[in-house]
Amino acid sequence: MSDISEFFAMGGYAFYVWGSYGVTAVFMLIEVILVIRNKRTILQRLARMVRMNTQVDK
Amino acid sequence: MAFQNSIIWLYFSSPKNFYPLAGKLIPVFAVLAVVLTVIGLYIGFFVAPTDYQQGDSYRIIFIHVPAAWMSMFIYIVMAMYAFVGLVWNIKMSEMMASAMAPTGAMFAFIALWTGALWGKPTWGAYWVWDARLTSELILLFLYIGFMSLESAIDDPRRAARASALIAVVGVVNVPIIYFSVKWWNTLHQGASVSPTMAPKMAAAMLNSMMIMVFAFWMYSIAVVLMRARNIILEREKQTTWVQELVTNKK
Repeated sequence: MSDISEFFAMGGYAFYVWGSYGVTAVFMLIEVILVIRNKRTILQRLARMVRMNTQVDK
Repeated sequence: MAFQNSIIWLYFSSPKNFYPLAGKLIPVFAVLAVVLTVIGLYIGFFVAPTDYQQGDSYRIIFIHVPAAWMSMFIYIVMAMYAFVGLVWNIKMSEMMASAMAPTGAMFAFIALWTGALWGKPTWGAYWVWDARLTSELILLFLYIGFMSLESAIDDPRRAARASALIAVVGVVNVPIIYFSVKWWNTLHQGASVSPTMAPKMAAAMLNSMMIMVFAFWMYSIAVVLMRARNIILEREKQTTWVQELVTNKK
């Protein structure tokens, strides 16, 4: 148990070390999530566009 | 052979052929990124010893250096794509340049952020107007300038041409960042790793850092290819193949 708390204490530098790693992890995860969500929105919008065009054609 | 190679490059410079290729490559690079991150961080936190001068605060290096290197490397590649797009009018090249900018900007920000959090315990300040820090901040502004100029112009071809100029001109900043610790008397430490000298750190520290460099590299390739696919869909939406792809997905 004390091993774990010692690990997270980072020799007194917890704020700096975890502040660096935390923000980096959050940014990299959010970037991936945004790109995936963006793809879904584009596909939906383009599908709607194609549907509307085919309706106009008929 | 050279002829065959150039045929392959021409083939994949067409968005229609690039799109499925990127789709196949993304999972490979994503898996590599995750595996390398796990190994790199394991070595960084459980194998690498505590530094006798800096204590555990030095462990920030395992993301600080890879992020800083990637921010510079991505910029150079982005400027090359932008240049090729500008000179030879290759659309896929323009799209690759714009796909890279957000990831490069993110790594520039991470380099500055982790640098600030490392600077406080080691130098006593989050920020100083030192040559290395200032030129890295300029790199972040170049990325932001590239992206905002691109999004400010409606016509995608004209937007790509205008922003390519920023990218190409801004390349001079990259060697300035790299050599700033030599050229000026900076607070930032000199290169820990360089092609001409033996590395100035313990093997486990160096291993972890280099594995994290490759992890960030693989991550960048994966996420840039994902974004490039989005850009292709957006810019090729009038073509039959995109319209067929979109309707088949539903």
